[in-house]
Amino acid sequence: MNNAIHDAMVITKRQLLQLARVPELLVFSTIQPVMFVLLFRFVFGGSIDSGQPGGYVQLLMPGIFVQTVAFTLASTAIGLAEDMKKGLIDRFRSLPISRGAVIIGRTFGDALLNILVLVVMALAGYAVGWRPTSGIVQTSLAFLFLFMFGYALSWIGILVGLSVKEARTVQSVGFLVTFPLTFLSNAFAPTTGMPRALQYFAEWNPVSTMVAACRQLFGLKNEFGATANSWPSQHPLETSLLYMVILMAIFIPLSIRKYKNYSN
Amino acid sequence: MKSVIAENLVKTYRKGEVKALDGLSLDVEEGTVLGVLGPNGAGKTTTVRILATLLKPDSGHATVAGIDVIKHPDKVREQIGLSGQYAAVDETLTGWDNLVMFGRLYHLGRQSAIDRANELLERFELTEAARRPIKTYSGGMRRRLDLAASLIVKPKILFLDEPTTGLDPRGRQDMWGVIQELVKGGVTLLLTTQYLEEADQLADEIAVIDRGTVIARGTSDSLKKQVGGERLEITVEPADLDKVNEIVAKISGHATHVDLRTVSAPVLHGSKDLMEALRAMDEAKIHPLDIGLKRPSLDDVFLSLTGHVAEETVVEPAGKKKRGAKK
Repeated sequence: MNNAIHDAMVITKRQLLQLARVPELLVFSTIQPVMFVLLFRFVFGGSIDSGQPGGYVQLLMPGIFVQTVAFTLASTAIGLAEDMKKGLIDRFRSLPISRGAVIIGRTFGDALLNILVLVVMALAGYAVGWRPTSGIVQTSLAFLFLFMFGYALSWIGILVGLSVKEARTVQSVGFLVTFPLTFLSNAFAPTTGMPRALQYFAEWNPVSTMVAACRQLFGLKNEFGATANSWPSQHPLETSLLYMVILMAIFIPLSIRKYKNYSN
Repeated sequence: MKSVIAENLVKTYRKGEVKALDGLSLDVEEGTVLGVLGPNGAGKTTTVRILATLLKPDSGHATVAGIDVIKHPDKVREQIGLSGQYAAVDETLTGWDNLVMFGRLYHLGRQSAIDRANELLERFELTEAARRPIKTYSGGMRRRLDLAASLIVKPKILFLDEPTTGLDPRGRQDMWGVIQELVKGGVTLLLTTQYLEEADQLADEIAVIDRGTVIARGTSDSLKKQVGGERLEITVEPADLDKVNEIVAKISGHATHVDLRTVSAPVLHGSKDLMEALRAMDEAKIHPLDIGLKRPSLDDVFLSLTGHVAEETVVEPAGKKKRGAKK
């Protein structure tokens, strides 16, 4: 077990070293979320009536935070697919290291990168007027939720990466999954305008419950996009937590098994 | 003692449509070098991947260092080093970063991992490039670094899958030197290659494989005897082809291979046979466009062992198996 953690840490460190050796990677992984913050803030901010003190940006930031960590799914999958294509995973598998260490290490690395990205985004948000009003404890809890959500999705990314294998295909699959999920939600606009069927989806969508949970934890009234008295809208924290536990309970064992049995 | 034993390995892809290995058996005596010689698609890489525990065979049995590769892959991994066709290292990291990382994954302490990395970089003449990302390395440097990564814990058994494919002649020579050094150090080596010359240079024994099975094995000398050592090759105007074919067949005593303008066949006595051919052609008043002795190539080995030239099995994305003659 000690070895497993040690091995995973070596793999994690490798990802951090990559950032140190190629700082552009870091710039590119933060520039997109920051761009989204600015675009949504200034393009939609003026025309969407949020009914919140502090304006649209208060509602927008939780949405963008969740959207960004949701993309962890794709980035984990792409990173893993690239390693496989280059034969690096074969090399790791020929070493006497703990089973699973390679993929556990990758999920840790992507989680650490998420922390960095969230910090940069929070600063960008602050610069354009975002102000959480709930105090340090609740705000930190919101970030903990975001971090865990990204980590849980990272494990889906592992399974996708191992199954699809081709980095470019993985990218398409990743975006095909994350785009509808993030837009069919309360992240950027109220769900009240959607057809009823989509509203159901949007209410139960983990992205929505996460966004609602973060809004609540940042001290906002949870009304933007909450269209019904459905259970997830009423209990965003509990629902989100439940989703994360379920995702990890399913995808961690599945991914590890897939990795162990993976052969061409 | 045999360090590596493979018995009747069978591996098929796409639900049996493509047969990569078709009952392949081989073994490597401890402390010796086995060269596995064959064209692309013959099953070389699949064999190495099975022995290195990366792939499970459909059927068959294999042991490495006396350990069953299917039942105890973890224990096998402690005994082996593997270096593949492409450099399987992290290209964004430096050579030094990579070796230290692999050292840590072999559970060396931090300082030992660093010391070992420095030692290997020095030994493979990569010290100057140690702090540069692998992306900036030449093909030969990448391969040397990849090989270094497989030597971190001084494995007793080493698998090298086409270590020089794609390298320029200089890179190939360097790599040969490095491998010969290793062999002197007593490592047991299984090496795959497409080049007879490479197997000749490095291997104690050669196993020729074709279509997933071993079709001949023996020392380089015994194989060459089978192939007929050197080949006499004469290029003439097409009009003279039949006559020259007669001459060559008579001198060689083996089957000849006839192209558009070229006749070739194995000969036993090298320059003496060449002289004889020249005399016979002079008598027949035929002027060769080109005439010479050729060292046997993989094609020649295949031609004499199988009656067909070395063929490349191309696995098409559509799932069709295509066999095309390799030049």
